[in-house]
Parts: sequence; C-alpha cells; structure tokens
Amino acid sequence: MAGETAAVSMTVNGKSINANVDPRTLLVQLLRENLRLTGTHVGCDTSQCGACVVHVNRKAIKSCTVLALQLEGADVLTIEGLAAPDGPLHPMQEAFRENHGLQCGYCTPGMIMTAVDIVRRKGHDLDDRTIREELEGNICRCTGYHNIVKAIAAGGRAMRGNGSAAK
Amino acid sequence: MSATGIGAAVRRKEDHRFITGTGHYTDDINRPGQAYAYFLRSPHAHAAIKSIDVKPAAQMPGVLAVLTGADLADKIGNLICGWMIHSKDGTPMKMAPRPALATGKVCHVGDPFAVVIAETLAQARDAAEKIAVDYEVLPAVADPAAAQKPGAPQIHDVAPNNTIYQWHLGDAKGVDAAFRSAEQVTKLNIVNNRLVPNALEPRAAIGDYDSGTGSFTLWNTTQNPHVARLVIAAFVGMAPEHKLRVIAPDVGGGFGSKIFIYPEEVVALWASKRVGRPVKWVADRSESFLADAHGRDHVTHAEMAFDADGKILALRAKTVANLGAYLYATLLSGQYEIPQIYCEVDAVYTNTVPVDAYRGAGRPEATFVVERLMEVGAREMAQDPAELRRKNFIKTFPHQTPVIMTYDTGDYGASLKKAMELADCKGFGKRKRESARHGKLRGIGFSSYIEACGIAPSQAVGSLGAGLGLWESAEVRVNPTGSVEILTGCHTHGQGHETTFAQLASERLGIPIDNVSIVHGDTDKVQFGMGTYGSRSGAVGMSALAKALDKIEAKAKKVAAYMLEAAEGDIEFKDGKFSVAGTDKSAAWGDVALNAYIAHKFSGQELEPGLKEGAFYDPMNFTFPAGCHICEVEVDTETGNTEIVAWTAVDDFGIVVNPMIVEGQVHGGVAQGVGQALYEGAVYDEDGQLVTGSFMDYAMPRADHLPSMTVDTTVTRCPSNPLGIKGCGEAGAIAAPAAVINAITDAIGTEELAMPATAQAVWAALQKSNRIPEAA
Repeated sequence: MAGETAAVSMTVNGKSINANVDPRTLLVQLLRENLRLTGTHVGCDTSQCGACVVHVNRKAIKSCTVLALQLEGADVLTIEGLAAPDGPLHPMQEAFRENHGLQCGYCTPGMIMTAVDIVRRKGHDLDDRTIREELEGNICRCTGYHNIVKAIAAGGRAMRGNGSAAK
Repeated sequence: MSATGIGAAVRRKEDHRFITGTGHYTDDINRPGQAYAYFLRSPHAHAAIKSIDVKPAAQMPGVLAVLTGADLADKIGNLICGWMIHSKDGTPMKMAPRPALATGKVCHVGDPFAVVIAETLAQARDAAEKIAVDYEVLPAVADPAAAQKPGAPQIHDVAPNNTIYQWHLGDAKGVDAAFRSAEQVTKLNIVNNRLVPNALEPRAAIGDYDSGTGSFTLWNTTQNPHVARLVIAAFVGMAPEHKLRVIAPDVGGGFGSKIFIYPEEVVALWASKRVGRPVKWVADRSESFLADAHGRDHVTHAEMAFDADGKILALRAKTVANLGAYLYATLLSGQYEIPQIYCEVDAVYTNTVPVDAYRGAGRPEATFVVERLMEVGAREMAQDPAELRRKNFIKTFPHQTPVIMTYDTGDYGASLKKAMELADCKGFGKRKRESARHGKLRGIGFSSYIEACGIAPSQAVGSLGAGLGLWESAEVRVNPTGSVEILTGCHTHGQGHETTFAQLASERLGIPIDNVSIVHGDTDKVQFGMGTYGSRSGAVGMSALAKALDKIEAKAKKVAAYMLEAAEGDIEFKDGKFSVAGTDKSAAWGDVALNAYIAHKFSGQELEPGLKEGAFYDPMNFTFPAGCHICEVEVDTETGNTEIVAWTAVDDFGIVVNPMIVEGQVHGGVAQGVGQALYEGAVYDEDGQLVTGSFMDYAMPRADHLPSMTVDTTVTRCPSNPLGIKGCGEAGAIAAPAAVINAITDAIGTEELAMPATAQAVWAALQKSNRIPEAA
C-alpha cells in the first residue's frame, strides 16, 4: 500500500456508504472487506468464473474487474440485497433451491445475480439454449449446470408473477 | 416413505444460507488482529536455491515477518503421504521428504519456499517482490516416461530414475498363458490426461494461536478436518492433538483436492505463533493451478484377450503414473467376468505439481481402460458393443475378481437395458442418417462402469498400504425438548449431508426434519471422523448414524418403560410414539426426551439420565455402484467440433436417500468427465512450465458445453451396510470419459484419439479416417 487513500461513496443494497480505500481496491474487495458483505465470492483472478457478479446501476458486472473508485455515486446490488433479510426470498433464489441449482454454494450468488440480469435482458420465457449461452461467464464445478438451467427457466417465469424484474 | 424420510426428494436445508449470501466459507471469516500471508513460489520447474535475501522485504511497510524453509527446519516436521506402497520386489516406496517450505531446491513451478506475513495482503505481495533469490536452474522433466530414462534429471536422490515404486497385481504367468490361447487380442495405448480439480472456492486457511492456553485453531478448506488435525499434531508436530482445533466451515467443493494436508495451512498455523497474530492465507486461482494437487496423468498400454465367441480370457495393463496410484488396479475387472488380470504400475517423480485424488481417483482410469478395450474389441470383432458387454457381464454374486475385490451385488444387464431404452438406441440409425444429411457424423458410445465406494474396511485398506482406518463415527444428542443434533465425522462441501443425514434421523425418530441439526467440520465438536471422499458419507457415515440411532431408540425405550410403568420388552416405537404393546398407553417422543433428562421416573442406580449415544462403524466391504452411461455425439466434419446431443445415465446406487441430490451428483460427475474427455488438460512445456495456468488457458466446462441429461436408476440393495446404500458421488466422472470417446470414435471411424478430444484433435483424427466422404 502506498499509504494514500481516496474517498468513494456509493449506494449498496439501498444504503449510502462512504469509504476511504487504497486506490487499487476492487469493488469486490470493498464489498467483502470494508462492508463485510461476504456473499459475493472470488473464484478466479482472470474475470472468468463469475462468482463475484453483482449489479451496478441495474447491470450485471464482475466486481473483481472494476475498481471501487470507478463507481462514485453508483447503485450497487449484491446477493444480500436481493431480498429483505427476513422477508420472502427473491423468486430466483427460491427457484435455485426448488430445482437443486446449487451444491457447494460457492458460485451460487454470482449465478443468481447473473440469472436475474438474464431475465431482465431476455425476458421471462427462456429456452435452454439461451440460458446456456448467457451463462458463458459463470463457472460451476458441482452441478453440471443441468439444474441451474432448470432453475433459471423456472425463476424467470416466477419473476413475471411478482414484478421482481423491475427490482 | 414419509415426506422427509429415506427416498424423498427433500429440498436442502443448507440452501438458505447459500442463496442469500450468508454462508461462511473460510475467506468470509476474519479474526481480530488478523495478518495476511503471501507465499513466494518457484518460477522454475527445477532449481537449486543458492541464496535467499529476505532483508529488503522485511523492511517493507507493514511486514511482520519473512520466513523461509530455514526458519521452519528443525521446528516442524515434514508433510506426509497417506499411503505406503511396496514395490514388487518388496521394497517400500522411495519417498522424498516434503517440508512445508522447500529448502535448498525447488522441484516444480509453484513450489513454495518463503512466506511474507504483513498487515495487509497487498503489503505482503509487495514485499514478496523484494525477496532476492539466487537460483541455479537445473534441467527439468515433466513427462513421466522421459523421467525414467537413463540420464534424465534426477529430482530426489532417494528415488533413482525418479521411480517411486514398481507395483504389480495379479498372475502374470496365467495371463500370458491366456493370451497365447486367445483368438482375438485388442490393444490400446491410453493417455489419461492430467486434470486440475478446480473446486470453485480456492483453498484458504487461518491460523490462530492462543498464547494464554497454548492452543491453536485452524480454519481450513478441508474435506477431512480430523485427519488434518491428526497429521498436523502427530507428524508435523505443531501442537499436541488436544491443543489443536481444526474447523472446516462451509467448503466450496473439494473433489479430492482438499484431502491433502498442504504446506500453506501448516505455515499459516505456525506463523500465527511466530508473529503472535492470526494469519490468513487465501489462494488466488493462478496459485491454485500451481499449488493444489492435480489429478489423473497416467500412460497405459492395455491388452484384452478374447476367445472366438468374444468371451474375455484375460486383461493386462502396464501403467506409468505421474506421481499417482490409488485404487486403480483393483477395479480392472470392470463389470466383467475376467478370469485372469495382470497389472503393473510404475509411479514416477516429475517436475510437476503433485498428483493426488481427483473425483474417482483411480476408478475413472480403470474404467477408461476397460470400457475402451470393450468398445474397440467389439469393433474389431464386428460384434455389437452392447451384446459383447452383456455376454461378459458378471451375473452371480458375490463375485471374487482376480484383483482383490469381491463384488457384493449388482445387475449390470438391468442398467444396460434400461439405459438403451431411455437412449432410444433402436432409433440411432435413423438419427445417424439425419445427421449425415446435415454433414455431421453421429456416434454412440457406451460406458458400463463399476466403482468401489463406501471406503472402506479398515483392515482391507491397511493391507493395501493406507496409513489410517476408514471407518466413520456418529453421535446423536437428543435435547430435553426432543430436538436432535447429529454429529458426524463426515464433511459436507456440496453433498447435502445437512439434509440427507437429517432425513435418516427424521424417519427413524418420527420427528420433523426441521428439528434435526447436523454438526460437522469442527474437531472441538465432533470427536473424530475420517471426512468425506470416495462416496463414503452415505454408505459409511450414515451407517454409523443408523447404529447410533439404534442405541438411542434402545435407551429411549428404557425411559419410556419407566414412564409407562411397563416392561421394557413391551415398548414399541413407531412414528415418534412409544406405546405399550396391546394397550392404548403411549408417550410422545418429546415427553420421553424430557423424562430422560429430568430423571424423575427412574433412579440413577436403575438408569443413567440423558439421551446421547455415539457409534463407530467400520464397513465389512467396499460397495460397488455400477451402471451404464450412453453418450451420443455429432461431429462437425469441417471443424472437428463435437457436440454431445444426448446423455443417458442409468446407475445402480443401491438405496437412494434423496433422489434429487443423487441426480445432482450424477450431473456434476458427468460434467467433470465430459470436461476430461473434451476440454480439460493440464499441459506442461518441456521446461516444466504449466502452460494451462488459469481459466483462460485451462478449459473448464461451461453451460453451453454440456447437454441436459437423462438420469435414472436401477436398484440392487447393497448387502454390505445396514442402509443398503452404495454411493453416488463419483459415478458420472468415472463413466463419462469412456462414453464420450467411444461415441466420437464410433462417429469418426478411428481409434486414435487422445483426451481432451478438442475440435483440433478430432479434426486431425478425421483427416486419417475415411468417414468424411461418407458424410459429404
């Protein structure tokens, strides 16, 4: 660390946050270490695996690939903010559980955040091939993707019902 | 079957924390005052370290310590190997010492030899760059065959020609005689490609020394926390076992790569005492490629002898294993009645990352040999591959193979038949013609695999060289309110034990599944256990739980007898209710649990208060899951690209506890097997540099590489454990590679195709085959 820090403010899961960070701090590091939002994971160091996917200004991005300082004023949504802690689950979270779309759980937050983004971009009725192509940026080593694909198709349909796509 | 009992597709209890981002993986945990470790690793495959100057690094901001192998030497012991194999001449394997930090020389790219401990990870990284190392680069060898040749670089003095052991199994003379009488001999050269397990959570460790009590705590991404504690206590000598606590919290996948007790966790633990602060280390993915045990990497020449009818007479195989040999040879009989088998294995040191267990560990290699030979044999004899298999299936049980194992039960014909129906094998010809109209070659491949799971009878593995027994433990703690904690020595890192173990307890005790918690992964809570690998948790771990539940029921019946003023022998227990036979008197589970603790209905001289029982279960045999996977592919003749268009799996796992979880295990296993067959391969260049050192170079299977799968089961109950479970964790990875390669070679008409069968490899193979005009 060179010693100097820089200030950054943004909204994370609906709350305003201010932080002083080493300029090389990545968004994922800010989330995990400064804010202790550890649901966003790091599975690689080449932006390949997608375990760190969050939404920034309503778009899915890999939080390992952006500096925290680039996001002044941004609106960030992580897996922890997808549903209220004591409220009902987001339909996509529920679909992953219902369809056994996770095993070790490590890729899961990134998968769910990606899945919500796919529905937002591609609509509620997703065919197998579309889902598989859209998951190009997310690696799962446990499930063979079979049940993740099923979960995303089911989650997409369920999101129509409760208006979550607007979230 | 109850809604949450054995056989029900219960949704997983553990999922809530994972889908809400509230799990606790090792890197999610921070300890007060925590410092960070960064390891300096060799950039060379083989080099003498002439000097290390750590002073410039030690003066960098935030640095607490810079430690080298010299600092650890004499203070802690070396890392160990869990199995001791003897060569055919009776000599023990020639194992070189492996210190936690290399001293004097480094033997592979990524070999750690120094560590920086600093206030922040960034400071530790920055400082590591200032360590000045004077290397004398030595010639390196990455290829195992080259490593055995005279004049090859000698890696460890203890192992001449880099050969660790030369092992064999079976009757060489009997096999030779059988080959002399054979009508047909099918021969294959097989490379089982080196894989990188790549569990998505990188390995991590936090060492924490408490000077007040002189005790250590290690949070660690391990599949077997108790074994880690035993090894670190008894062999590394860090602390006595009772002063070391190992916690394996949520672990993000293992696949075998988190079994070994690695240098980094040992160093983090030791360094925490040295600097007086908790020390955390988390691997980068690039580091995982260089520091996690790799899998497979066998070169095999195999031959199968048939008589004129296509009955197998004998099998022989000669394998050179790049630092790995596990249960390999003992499954060379596959699903077939093979009178004679002989197998030789040379295990060889090379300047590459050590090889250890990876999903299947030996069984995928054995299955690949047997199932490729069957398929190629059928083609050479112009026999139907399914019929050739059927003709040679073992049909009576128990069956003693020539290679140690006694198969207890199975019905291989049933899984083949069901798989062929589900895969619509009858319609294949039509589909093939349809593909040809689109310029594609279609092929179909079978893999009738077998595996040995439920590891393992302790005596049996002891005789094979294991350092430990492979029983499992369970403890059932009933609370006064009737809720239950189950402590297991198994560890779940994706397998869903928090659900399946609870299903068994829920069914046996007649209580809601939500009233059952599973406790695992903490040596301060669970007394001892062997961990999870080799599809052992259901067959062995749940058998231990069943045994403990038997004891709970027996004790609870005594309590109920006092409550109901009846003879113990008259108490019946069903659906969570204790009743007196032939009367309407009964007591509910919760009342009996409470009475066990308040102890008002019996005296302490008559019965001990409390309701808590434990059990150790040592299995009487391995279990033998088996099945048939059928893969159908389309090969693009212009690009060589292979698309898997259909996958059918029919497996016999014995009794299935949770079909949803079992199907998930099959999906995941198949994906890893398809990865091996089509995409994955760790590649070293001639200098021993790992060319495939990141997800950008090492092709992990992604969603659009894989098909949706048809997964089904047949059931023969396993007679070797009380629950009838065989295990399912590795089947897909074992079955899949042979099914894929058999399908592609069927499509392209040549057997010369190495894994991974990339588009480039298939295209090159196609240029030598005569199939292109047929498709055009």
